[in-house]
Amino acid sequence: MSTSSVSKGCFVFKPSAKKKKRTLDVGDYFIDGCEGSGNSELRFKLCQSLWDKMKTETEVLQDELNRKILDRLLEFAGRPSSTFQHGADDWAARMRASEIPTAALVLGVNVPDHDMTFQSLSDLLRQSVTPHVASVQAKECGALKHLMQRVLERLMGTVVSVDEEEEGDEEAEHASTQLHNKRVHCSLGTLCDWYKSKTKRSNNGTPNKKRSSHVRDEQPQPPVVIIFKDLEAFNPRVLQDFILICSRYVEHLPLMFIFGIATSPSTIQHILPHSVSSLLCIELFQSLSCTQHLSTVIDKLILTPQFPFKLSGKVLQVLVGIFLYHDFSVRNFIKGLQLSLLEHFHSQPLSVLCCRKKEALANVLQLSHQDLESVRQLPSFRRYVERQEPQEQVNLLTDDTHIKGVCQKLIKGLRKYHKNFYPILRCLHTLTSSLPKYPLGKQIRELYILCLEKNVWENEEYQSAMQLLRMLARDELVASLQTCAEILKPVKAKKMRNVLDQLEDLLAKFKQLDKVSGETAANGEEITSPEKGLQKKTDLFQLQKTLLEMKESRRSKKMSPFEILRNEAVDFIDSLVRCYLAPPESQPLNEVCYYSSSAVVRRHLNATPRTSIQTALSNPYHYLQNDTLRSEDGTVSNAAPDICIVHKLHLECGRLINLYDWLEAYATVVSAAEGTHPDSDEFGKVDELKHARFIQAVSELEFLGFIKSTKQKTDHVARLTWGGC
Amino acid sequence: MAALLQHPCYEEERLRRVADKLPCREVQAGTLLSVMGGPEQHSFPSIFIYGHRASGKSHVIHMLLRELELPHATVSCVECVSVALLFEQVLLSLFGCDAASLLPRSPSLSDFVRIYRQQCSHSPAVQTRYIVMEKAELLRDMDANLLPALLRLQELVQDNVTVILLSEIVWDKFRPNTGCFEPLQLHFPDYSKGELQQILAQDSHPSYSAELYSSYINILLGVFYSVCRDLRELRHLAALNFSKFCEPLEEGKVKESDTHKLWRNIEPHLKKAMQTVYLREVSSVQWEQLQQMEEKDTGAVRGLSAHAHVELPYYSKFLLIAAYLASYNPARTDKRFFVKHHGKVRKTNFLKKHEKTSNHLLGPKPFPLDRLLAIFYSVVDSRVAPTASIFSQISSLVTLQLLAQVGHDDQIDAPKYKCAVSLDFIRAISRTVNFDIVKYLYDFL
Repeated sequence: MSTSSVSKGCFVFKPSAKKKKRTLDVGDYFIDGCEGSGNSELRFKLCQSLWDKMKTETEVLQDELNRKILDRLLEFAGRPSSTFQHGADDWAARMRASEIPTAALVLGVNVPDHDMTFQSLSDLLRQSVTPHVASVQAKECGALKHLMQRVLERLMGTVVSVDEEEEGDEEAEHASTQLHNKRVHCSLGTLCDWYKSKTKRSNNGTPNKKRSSHVRDEQPQPPVVIIFKDLEAFNPRVLQDFILICSRYVEHLPLMFIFGIATSPSTIQHILPHSVSSLLCIELFQSLSCTQHLSTVIDKLILTPQFPFKLSGKVLQVLVGIFLYHDFSVRNFIKGLQLSLLEHFHSQPLSVLCCRKKEALANVLQLSHQDLESVRQLPSFRRYVERQEPQEQVNLLTDDTHIKGVCQKLIKGLRKYHKNFYPILRCLHTLTSSLPKYPLGKQIRELYILCLEKNVWENEEYQSAMQLLRMLARDELVASLQTCAEILKPVKAKKMRNVLDQLEDLLAKFKQLDKVSGETAANGEEITSPEKGLQKKTDLFQLQKTLLEMKESRRSKKMSPFEILRNEAVDFIDSLVRCYLAPPESQPLNEVCYYSSSAVVRRHLNATPRTSIQTALSNPYHYLQNDTLRSEDGTVSNAAPDICIVHKLHLECGRLINLYDWLEAYATVVSAAEGTHPDSDEFGKVDELKHARFIQAVSELEFLGFIKSTKQKTDHVARLTWGGC
Repeated sequence: MAALLQHPCYEEERLRRVADKLPCREVQAGTLLSVMGGPEQHSFPSIFIYGHRASGKSHVIHMLLRELELPHATVSCVECVSVALLFEQVLLSLFGCDAASLLPRSPSLSDFVRIYRQQCSHSPAVQTRYIVMEKAELLRDMDANLLPALLRLQELVQDNVTVILLSEIVWDKFRPNTGCFEPLQLHFPDYSKGELQQILAQDSHPSYSAELYSSYINILLGVFYSVCRDLRELRHLAALNFSKFCEPLEEGKVKESDTHKLWRNIEPHLKKAMQTVYLREVSSVQWEQLQQMEEKDTGAVRGLSAHAHVELPYYSKFLLIAAYLASYNPARTDKRFFVKHHGKVRKTNFLKKHEKTSNHLLGPKPFPLDRLLAIFYSVVDSRVAPTASIFSQISSLVTLQLLAQVGHDDQIDAPKYKCAVSLDFIRAISRTVNFDIVKYLYDFL
């Protein structure tokens, strides 16, 4: 922009109304920079609807998981407080010290996840037990009066004045003189009066008729619940004082505490001395461990054909890794899932096909020529084409309508594959999860990742698992086969019906064995007799001999009918695995559903700021993409930004850096960059500009935490990193 | 004994009634009464009463003031989060709510004195006014001028007022540097076993004889006297366990006179109570439920400290282990433990004499972040990228109070930490990741 003004100065240019950017919504951000933008709006819609479905599913899941503990807590809160409700006539109640009922709720170390639990807890409490619920967090209660203020505010729904604050505010002063008599003091006495008026009012509010009936006796006085969300982070002193104060009012006010504990209940004893904890009547509530929580989430969101979107083994490993190694946070896991969903729809043009069957089939018909070309580019599709007859190959590669038909067929095939995959996966897991040393993993997710990566039956672990299965005792084998049948029962796919029939035949055969077991019992005795003989012998040579004999006899011995049947069952399972648990890579068009760029997920979820800074400083080309900065073997070109040069130079120093030497070195480098001739007088001279640039770069380095000023030596700074040249 | 509580200004009948309610505290009540004098007489400006918890300080004062109908105000200092609350409560109970509302928004001590004098001129004291401050040790944390002013309030407001301070701490710990008016000190000694017996036996159960209850108290004290002399706590325990004591009587198995059998029945039960409900391992409600259950079910409810296990993410465990090692090993030994080819270190040289004292006895030492990370990288068995979440795990360990941050300067450049977990805890943690921590601890070499 330009002005007609001759003078130098700053001019304000107001943006013209036309140019004002309209605010972008989420969809615009999605479509902006999307790969293959032809169908990006459709993809965005699909992505959102799919995510909404997954989100509701997780919410339902979370509610279900928390239900048990929340129900117990509600029951605890609804229980009439012993000290408050009993009349003075009860001897024991009068004699007992008045304790505040307290629920110690152990929730695990993933503190950010607790918010949801507490939210639903306080909602439920408000609905069914008491309207008086206040929850406080440690960070807002640095001092006792703040804690008191928060509690009172949240219970009474008014602003409570804490003196010494908002001083000198003319208006506030004026208002306070007006409301002088109404001024609310920040003390539990105030709360007590408020509570009394509240309960009395509700008493008066009920019509006389009702009062005569025993409605009020049943729900005598709702407790006042105070939730401490993160007990560990509270200042112990504040908490102790607060409890001491509360205990003075427990006769007038039916108080109740809920402590949210992240580590272990013994922290209560660390935080509170006996004199304070003796005022509480603590009951323990332990929530589900977060690993179990994760298993359920994976079970419901990933191990199901319900959602067409799938994660590849690597991505799943990254997400599970972040969970197990870093944060234990289910919420973050779901966020990761959301991110990969978004990335998938954003980066994969063919993700239009990643939706329900009907829509997908319709969408296939809508594919443009360009899209079909990218279908032909898919590695899985290419592999598929190679397997076809030459004529068919030509058709696939040239005829657009033909390929659409084939795509529809393949999408159907992919859906069937998923429908069969998960039940068989579960069956295999039930069979192998009880084996010693868990050759295929204890959790189903480990087995799933194995299956995703390659043909599971080529694994050594799989072979050993099968061998162990061939040695399983009858009752164990029958029990796990029965659970397998249970798993298969609700599945509607035709093939799974067949499998179920076969499995039930096997089970029937096992049952028949029981009938003829009388005969085998005699055989069994014969088998055990050599072992009995073995116990008597102690001679090593003899022992070896008998062992060899036993081995021989066992090999030559005819297998019992049970063993034959067991082998048959294991062979059957093995054939199922080979048939249905092929990795998704083998399926044509799997790229439509499977998101596989684990590096992107890792970069987004597990950022490495330190490495990024290091790269930026030592290899500025990486971020700036300026060709003059390109350099080999880790050297920094002298045209690089000042901070890079200063950083490079500082790597050559020891723990203490002499600022002047550093400046000299910097000036030399910069002079070279300016093209000053090495022999001229100007070369390496420090002028004002260079000096200023140097100082700025150094203070930037200090800001980034590479150096700090030190008093050990004058004109020196201390390095905070080690290593270097 | 009642003779101790005598004063010409009060009727004897009344005093006897007071004395009945103050068992085993006749001497202290008598002294107090003689200091306080008659209701119209001027009293000593300030009285300081100290003694352990539940030694009857507040009880005696309140009984005297209430039964003798003396004007008084009682303030618990723990409740007064600000001075304003304290002033307001005093004015409220001495002069009514009109006086309290005269206080300005954030009153100073002189505001208080001014309003007090103003009110005083309206209604001069006929009888001595008493201001009782419970938990007076907290006054020390309030404004510096508050305590000295309260001690000579009588002078300041020129009224017949006495401030009584109740505390569990001796006066020596109160005395401000600048000096102040010395209050009259009065010590309430602990109750002896006999006195406890006498007091506890007073509240017998209505449906049983007093003798039975007295013998029950005797048994109870036999078990608990060595660990707990707190009257309140003992009374609580007596109430919790009495039903179990009476069980054989209810069932008709034992007569009331058969004290030995009753003792045999209750003693193991009380011992168990000492380890559980007394320590608040099990709440009193749960304890009562336990009593109703059969013996075999009692394993179902475990105490609080039984759940010491903490689930942590994998790297958090190693960070904690690294922090423990950094806290309990001298920094110069790091090379020996964590560098593969550290060269030969002479054992005698390595174990210096003055460091022979166990580091575990001295407690954790602070260490800088660099050292923690250096140990972490050498301890953890795989290559770990220095991601943001590694650093955030350190700070979440701090919020979980497993680590403690030390010092406040230089927080950004070089924060220092201490490890705040016990050896048992860290051993349990390292067992879950198959790390033999004892091998790496200098103390156990």
